[in-house]
Amino acid sequence: MSTSFRSTKRTSRSDFVERTLVDINHTLEQSLFAERTARSPGLLQALDPRLKILSALLLLLAVGLSRSLMVILALYFLALALAFFSKIPLGFFVKRVWLLIPFFTGVIALPALFITPGPVLAHLPLGLVITKTGFTTAVFLLLRVGTSVSLAVLLVLTTPWNSVLKALGVLRIPAVIILILGMTYRYIHLLLHLTNDMFLSRKSRLLRRMNGPEERRLIAATSGTLLNKSLQVSSEVYLAMQSRGFRNYPRTLDTFKMRTVDWLAGTLVVIIAAAAIWLGR
Amino acid sequence: MVRIKTALHSLTRGTPRNLMLYYGILAAWLGTTAMHIPDGYLSPATSIVMFLIVLPFWVMGVRKLREKITAKNVPLIALIAAFSFIIMMFNVPIPGGTTAHAVGGALAAIILGPEIATMAISIALVIQAFFFGDGGILALGANCFNMAVVLPYVSYAIYQVISKNRPVTSKRRIVGAALGGWAGLTVAAFFAGFEFGIQPMLFHTANGTPLYAPYPLSISVPAMVFAHALIASPVEALVTALVVAYLLRTNQSALEFVKKPEISPESSGFAKWRFLWVILAVLIVLVPVGLLAPGTAWGEWSTRQLSGLGLAFVPQGLAKLSGLWSAPMSGYNLPALKNSNLAYIFSGIVGTIVIGIVVWLFTMLVTARKAEPGKSELN
Repeated sequence: MSTSFRSTKRTSRSDFVERTLVDINHTLEQSLFAERTARSPGLLQALDPRLKILSALLLLLAVGLSRSLMVILALYFLALALAFFSKIPLGFFVKRVWLLIPFFTGVIALPALFITPGPVLAHLPLGLVITKTGFTTAVFLLLRVGTSVSLAVLLVLTTPWNSVLKALGVLRIPAVIILILGMTYRYIHLLLHLTNDMFLSRKSRLLRRMNGPEERRLIAATSGTLLNKSLQVSSEVYLAMQSRGFRNYPRTLDTFKMRTVDWLAGTLVVIIAAAAIWLGR
Repeated sequence: MVRIKTALHSLTRGTPRNLMLYYGILAAWLGTTAMHIPDGYLSPATSIVMFLIVLPFWVMGVRKLREKITAKNVPLIALIAAFSFIIMMFNVPIPGGTTAHAVGGALAAIILGPEIATMAISIALVIQAFFFGDGGILALGANCFNMAVVLPYVSYAIYQVISKNRPVTSKRRIVGAALGGWAGLTVAAFFAGFEFGIQPMLFHTANGTPLYAPYPLSISVPAMVFAHALIASPVEALVTALVVAYLLRTNQSALEFVKKPEISPESSGFAKWRFLWVILAVLIVLVPVGLLAPGTAWGEWSTRQLSGLGLAFVPQGLAKLSGLWSAPMSGYNLPALKNSNLAYIFSGIVGTIVIGIVVWLFTMLVTARKAEPGKSELN
């Protein structure tokens, strides 16, 4: 591949392999980063994972129920403050949430500015009229999505994935499902590495740009191989589980313990969420 | 319908025609990107309703898991969930020079059967929501319903119809896979559009500012359906068909991985009457449609409405009887809930749950004798 030429005139089509590679590596990187911040000391890291899951749900509910922009904004600043005291780089935290949102929610919210009927807020060229209700709606959507994503990201950045899984037990999720979730997460990593290798090996052997049918054949072969591999690994894992004495139900070590500080934090969250729901009626 | 039309009219009034076209195209684009619903698009009430709708499918999946006593399913589901997670990351090149993502739900359903596919995709979605912030946590119910229930069930049904009683080598399997993938995702998109579309009707501030997804049904449903039918669903069809074709060439046993259970008297009534549950679920989803229809259901007039209908007098017996029973949620309304629409839906949920519990207790009583003790279970 004549890289110098292609890199200047890069069409999205020519490097779908590369795009997938970038996505895969980004995902791996993201999960490594999360595990690292989750294991470093900080305010939220010290709290009981069960408490954190329930608190996150409660706060998400408060964000969802609020009819007041101020309340949602306050909850967003709460998330920022929590991130700060949990030693999460604030720039990263803000960027991770707000870099992607404009691409998806922003585009969705944009037309609402103009087509929601209501009093006029501003006139734009081309006869576009921004209405006040349209503006409020768009801000509601963006702020709500941003705050919700922030809260979810906060949970993951301060809690190791294994603890998140174990803590899901408080939501009465059957143990077998939690076991499967854990295994899935483990094997996502394996399959990501496999896929990475497959695409990389193909890419390193490419001499020219592939055409459409070739690309689709590649996708089919990669997906099919991955599927075969998944099925094969699953029977191997099953045999491995059996040979290690898996008796049809998982056992976990329940090491969580609510301490005074957890109860305190829990009470605080309940008060904050209740206040937010009350104020945001 | 009248109400939708007037709502649409008031929305489009004062907007130039070419702008409408622009919005249409924009809507089409956003439709392809909006399958993983983030938190903030749906009201908590809708989210909870969606959880209640998916719940029976999850219960069914867990049951299926336990029913097949082999613990073999545990790693199988884990691996297929991981697989579908990764398939969702593939950039599939489509004619026209761009790339799109597939969900992989149709493929999972074809290989594993819809019940297990529901579990596998739900698990992939849970990991995406919790770990990668892709799709909301409160919106998990809605996302799982669209992508882990509607998509696999619809595509599986179509695949079965087309390739039924054919040898495993039949080319019809490829056709069935493609059509199944296309239809499955398109129907899923319809439901997503529906979930978006009921938001501005049900949840807005006093001056009419929508609180969640801002577009009415008349915009959101066509946007989602057309956008998916033209772009995302063909990609799903392509991936499904290509992989099935690949498996036909290389590993046919994968297509028979799960022996399709012929409905035997042994299989539980739950599975046998599955379609009834699906219909029930659809009906519950459609509950809010009742809010769109003007007036009262035919034959369900109250005494006051009867006189309004032009009846000169109210039959005396009716007048007497109507005072006899005052329901705790009279007129599907709860004074505590200020929003009467919310109360309506809430009444619907409560009603369904109450009926569900009664039926469930009854079934338990009837089938209690059939239960076999000593069966090892996964838990």
